Amino acid sequence: MKALHNLIEKKVKPHFEQDGKLSKFYRTFEAFETFLFVQGNVTTRGSHIRDAMEMKRTMFHVLIALIPALLFGMWNVGYQHYQAIGMDVDFIDQFLFGLYRVLPIIIVTYASGLLVEFLFATIRNHEVNEGFLVTGMLLPLIVPVTIPLWMVALATVFAVIIGKEVFGGTGMNILNPALLARAFLFFAYPAQFSGDEIWIYAQVHAPEQLVDGFSGATSLAVLAAGNLESMPSVMEMFLGTIPGSIGETSTLAILLGAFVLVATGVGSLRIMLSVVAGGLFMGLLFNLFAVNEFMEVPAYYHLIMGGFAFGTVYMATDPVSASQTGTGKYIYGFLIGVITLLIRVVNPAFPEGMMLAILFMNVFAPLIDHYVVRANVKRRLKRVKPAEA
Amino acid sequence: MSKVIRIKRGLNIPLKGEAEKILQTPSRAKEYAVKPTDFHGLFPKMMLEEGERVKAGTPLFYDKYNEDVVFTAPVSGTYTRLVRGAKRRILEVRIEPDEADDHIDFGAADPASISREEIIDKLLKSGLWPAIRQRPYSIIASREDKPRDIFISAFNSAPLAPDLDFVINGSEGDFQKGLDVLSHLTDGEVHLGIDAESTTSEAFTRAKGVRVHRFKGPHPAGNVGIQIHHIRPVNKGDIVWYLDVQHVVTIGRLFETGIYDSRKVVALTGSEVENPRYYRVHAGVRLDNIAGNNVLQEEGVTPRFISGDALTGEKISANGFIGFYDSQATVIPEGDKPELIGWLIPNMQRFSVSRTWPSFLMPWKKYRLDTNIRSGERPFVITGLYEKYLPMDILPMQLLKAIMINDIDMMENLGIYEVAPEDFALCEFVCPSKIEIQSVIRDGLDNIQKEFA
Repeated sequence: MKALHNLIEKKVKPHFEQDGKLSKFYRTFEAFETFLFVQGNVTTRGSHIRDAMEMKRTMFHVLIALIPALLFGMWNVGYQHYQAIGMDVDFIDQFLFGLYRVLPIIIVTYASGLLVEFLFATIRNHEVNEGFLVTGMLLPLIVPVTIPLWMVALATVFAVIIGKEVFGGTGMNILNPALLARAFLFFAYPAQFSGDEIWIYAQVHAPEQLVDGFSGATSLAVLAAGNLESMPSVMEMFLGTIPGSIGETSTLAILLGAFVLVATGVGSLRIMLSVVAGGLFMGLLFNLFAVNEFMEVPAYYHLIMGGFAFGTVYMATDPVSASQTGTGKYIYGFLIGVITLLIRVVNPAFPEGMMLAILFMNVFAPLIDHYVVRANVKRRLKRVKPAEA
Repeated sequence: MSKVIRIKRGLNIPLKGEAEKILQTPSRAKEYAVKPTDFHGLFPKMMLEEGERVKAGTPLFYDKYNEDVVFTAPVSGTYTRLVRGAKRRILEVRIEPDEADDHIDFGAADPASISREEIIDKLLKSGLWPAIRQRPYSIIASREDKPRDIFISAFNSAPLAPDLDFVINGSEGDFQKGLDVLSHLTDGEVHLGIDAESTTSEAFTRAKGVRVHRFKGPHPAGNVGIQIHHIRPVNKGDIVWYLDVQHVVTIGRLFETGIYDSRKVVALTGSEVENPRYYRVHAGVRLDNIAGNNVLQEEGVTPRFISGDALTGEKISANGFIGFYDSQATVIPEGDKPELIGWLIPNMQRFSVSRTWPSFLMPWKKYRLDTNIRSGERPFVITGLYEKYLPMDILPMQLLKAIMINDIDMMENLGIYEVAPEDFALCEFVCPSKIEIQSVIRDGLDNIQKEFA
């Protein structure tokens, strides 16, 4: 280990330093170097000792939490495909089929996103931030597997530049970059991102092989169309053996991820619970005043359909774009749940509401925080009066 | 008895090297020093030439902007050397002690029979005035002010901090005398914060003429700023004063005997100390006097010497000097070695409040923490974390952001007057973005002070 470190310090690093040939790429070098080694930098002022936690480890644990959804998503891509063309293959083949289709999306996302990140770190001369490690995994999981790779690259670049860097980089952004990319795709390329013929690989790439009368509609689309008979069962929706974006279908896999996030303290349980509470509240309200079949759907169905679970666990909890105050988080989460159901049930234009609800509340999070802070200020000012009286 | 104030939020960092309750009195040190850098915002003007003889209590320098405030020699001897740093800033005024033990007689006095002005004059002349600090700003108090209240914390909750019950042993009378003196400086009350469980010394629990408050909870419950917040918070326009227990004792002795007797008890602590214990020394003692043969030598490990505790102390050299306000020296290893993929590999020797590290599984374990930062500085990302380590009705992240953009109104509204850097030390410790939070708070206090100067 020492030899490796010496080698890097003595042979490689000089090229990237001020007078080196590659000094322009210092930030890129530094990113890899700090990835490989925790540097021997010591505290100079303030607290002499520091907690072992830092950003790399934080982001890494979000990635761990995404693994169940990712693996399940890969298998489900294969499963859905072979179902659609009526072929019976074993588990391994289903998984490999998905792996083969999903991996390029992930690679393209990371490659294009990191390129932009490194570029901005170099231009602005700051360390490369770890935020994209998570964004780069989130984005592939919320797109349909049929997405053309150039769109993946375009959306990623859009997300990093418009979603993050224009605001000053990681930690400064208003919207969740991965969701912004998804919204960008949704509105820029509606043909590829809505409807019933986009969720399964075979629908786009091998439509002639499809089984007769096959429908690849998501459960939300089925509901919106009023075809209650063709709804998947609750168990199917919970396990996730249904069409949908790559990582969003399995509530079970996402719950595993939620467990990792909450157990390690990386994700905010407060937000997750309040999103669920908001969704259930609105669902029950719809049940009470139901005038159509969609409104009669049991409230808990909404938690296991579409992107609700995924959004709740991985998207709404993004600490940068969520509310930053404790009380604010309750309000923020609750309203995400409520608005998601409003969009799903009341708005006929969009079958799914999770993405828009989170983006909408991202925009309002600073306002919520503003009022929470104001309340704190008021409470503090009030203190003066009894003291004087 | 008064009700117990429970501090729920905070953290006791489990460091190795707590001082054993053994008190030693080492022989005279080779050098002592007064460090102007101990006093924030001080602009020292020297009053002596190098080589002049001093007695204990001889003025060495004064504050240019506050000429009444003088700083005096803690021991008798010769003023040998002025150590300057960058931009010729005065860092140390060094004194070589002699055998004479001469001291200036400031005259014993009964605080009840002299006026407030006379008390203040005596404190100023003896060089003990700087022991009195104020909130807001956490700086030396001004004689022009009449504080609303005076606060003293009778327990220290910082990592490896000295047990003040042990420290006060034998000085109970002087402590009470010091309290009597202080009660004449304010029309309000003198508040004494004790630990509901661990404080047993009757000097604290039965202190007279003061109001005793009982606290219970983890660090920073022993910080005077936290106690003020829970007893009677500082609002805009308020000024309160605060002191350390040992300075109250020194003030008591001044009025009892008339001399500035700078002796105090210093705990030598930390994982790199062979036998951590307590020492009775004069203020400004050179560290090697107590730590000289008591620091572990390990191949490849550089020790870091700290005057104060590991969260808020000042880095000094092996031959550095203990600060004016410090009752503790800490020696921990430097973390100057790179670690292969150290951010990922589970390591039992690392401590973290985050459950992504295994330390939460071993709550009984004590750690030998080093000074490695672990990462470069990042913007704020994680939310809801600082709140868990700041037991005040203050929104830490919002206050920090207000300071960073220098929004004076917002800083005031969010409670800048109540805080000192030390209250945010735990936030700095846990910060996963490695932001230098204590420095940010100090900048904020400086900016506010300038704004109203």
